Amino acid sequence: MRWDWSTVIEVFPLIFDAMWTTLGLTIACFSTAMIVGAIWTALKRIKFKPFNWFISFVLEFIRSTPPLVQLYFLFFAWPMIPYIGVTLDPFTVAVMGLGVHFSTYISEIYRSGIEGVPKGQLEAATALNFSTRQKWTKIILPQAIPPIIPMLGNYLIIMFKEIPLTIVVGVAGMLTVAEVYGVNNFEYLEPYTIVAFFFLAMSYPSSLLIQWLEKKMNRRFVNKPDKKGKGVTAT
Amino acid sequence: MTQPLIQYEDVHKSFDDVEVLKGINLEVDPGEKISLIGPSGSGKTTIIRMLMTLEKPTSGLIKVDGTPLWHKEVNGKLVEADEKHLRKVRGDIGMVFQHFNLFPHMTILKNCTSAPINVQGVDKKVAEERAVEMLEKVGLGNKLDAYPAQLSGGQQQRVAIARSVVMRPKVMLFDEVTSALDPETVGEVLEVIRDIAKEGEMAMILVTHEMEFARDIADRIVFLESGKIAEEGKPLDILENPNSERLKTFLQRFRSNF
Ligand SMILES: Nc1ncnc2c1ncn2[C@@H]1O[C@H](COP(=O)(O)OP(=O)(O)OP(=O)(O)O)[C@@H](O)[C@H]1O
Ligand SMILES: [Mg+2]
Repeated sequence: MRWDWSTVIEVFPLIFDAMWTTLGLTIACFSTAMIVGAIWTALKRIKFKPFNWFISFVLEFIRSTPPLVQLYFLFFAWPMIPYIGVTLDPFTVAVMGLGVHFSTYISEIYRSGIEGVPKGQLEAATALNFSTRQKWTKIILPQAIPPIIPMLGNYLIIMFKEIPLTIVVGVAGMLTVAEVYGVNNFEYLEPYTIVAFFFLAMSYPSSLLIQWLEKKMNRRFVNKPDKKGKGVTAT
Repeated sequence: MTQPLIQYEDVHKSFDDVEVLKGINLEVDPGEKISLIGPSGSGKTTIIRMLMTLEKPTSGLIKVDGTPLWHKEVNGKLVEADEKHLRKVRGDIGMVFQHFNLFPHMTILKNCTSAPINVQGVDKKVAEERAVEMLEKVGLGNKLDAYPAQLSGGQQQRVAIARSVVMRPKVMLFDEVTSALDPETVGEVLEVIRDIAKEGEMAMILVTHEMEFARDIADRIVFLESGKIAEEGKPLDILENPNSERLKTFLQRFRSNF
């Protein structure tokens, strides 16, 4: 098998088009994961013990099952279940499967962000008589969110790289297009190389961006005074 | 006779079955300054945290201006207060913490205007004027746009005091507000508290190990010992003529301070 530029020229536009599907799917999955993750975090804050155990069990179950199995289940097994089974289109299955799978990790990130806000912050907010709602919007979230943005970014990249799994339910992402082209033309080298190239071309700059964000967030508000007792006035 | 601003009536507090406050009875008049002293673990912090609603009494009543803090009256019976009731009563109380607890994501000015604007509904301009005036008074008029992390401990604590004072509470609580500071910045914070105390109208309860400061500032000193008020009285009486052996021993440790 030899590298053939004419194949590259032929297959590149096809994969380029499919890239939009992959990107769209990534965004849809990640948005789902962020929203469902927030719901898990809120549910976990309910202090009723049996309920808390139940949620923990569900989360552990979802997290411990391979996403591939979950996709297969949602697409092939669920429609067969009497009464509750429905047939879903591939895109929806992909979004539900990967979105919910990753929501369990995102939920942990949210939790760590919230728990990272020192108890004294809440006590000061109480002493200043902020309402419960204001405590969240003005004190907790503004401090909890910036530090977790890089972590969310990391998960976005991890999830992006898991998107090819959705090939098993037939979403026409980059890998699917490459596979179809390969099977039809007996040319595998170029299509798969191009797919790998696309993933690299998007993941690597993103991870650089995240590293930069991480540094920026770490510097935010937590910079110690240069000299003891001599603060610097921010402008 | 004016009614006391704060009343503790037979207040008990236990943490996991360990009783740390064993029947506290204490009254604070409007504008009165009280120093709360006592050995470590005697319950000083717990007493004022209950008044700030950060800790719930196990039994007994705490009243602010005659209104029960942790209870509300429904059909002539006292029932457990909800957050709404707590919020109403808590508005009269302010607190300064040992570790400042400034909001790190807000500038110094915003730290001092956020609660007046959002909690009390003060007009933004008015709130800023008041905050600037107060920050100038504590000597930080030139740090309005700085963030807490850019200030020294002493400066941060002065901001925390200003942040509380602009809310115009009827009573301010201070929990060992200088014990986390470098020795060289303790003085500037005590000075600020002295200035505020001199203005008079606000009552204060100060938990402190600075005996000289306690004597200067207080109308009354309360000595707490294993969850009970063991002795209280005028500063000079308490410090120069202690009755109990425990207080004598306790004070001996601070002799060098005055
Ligand atoms: N949240 C808590 N859970 C369990 N025990 C607590 C809690 N807070 C305080 N205690 C206990 O209650 C007792 C009184 O504590 P408190 O902090 O009121 O003492 P203090 O007089 O302020 O002491 P210090 O001078 O060391 O600050 C101590 O024995 C302490 O260990
Ligand atoms: Mg204490």
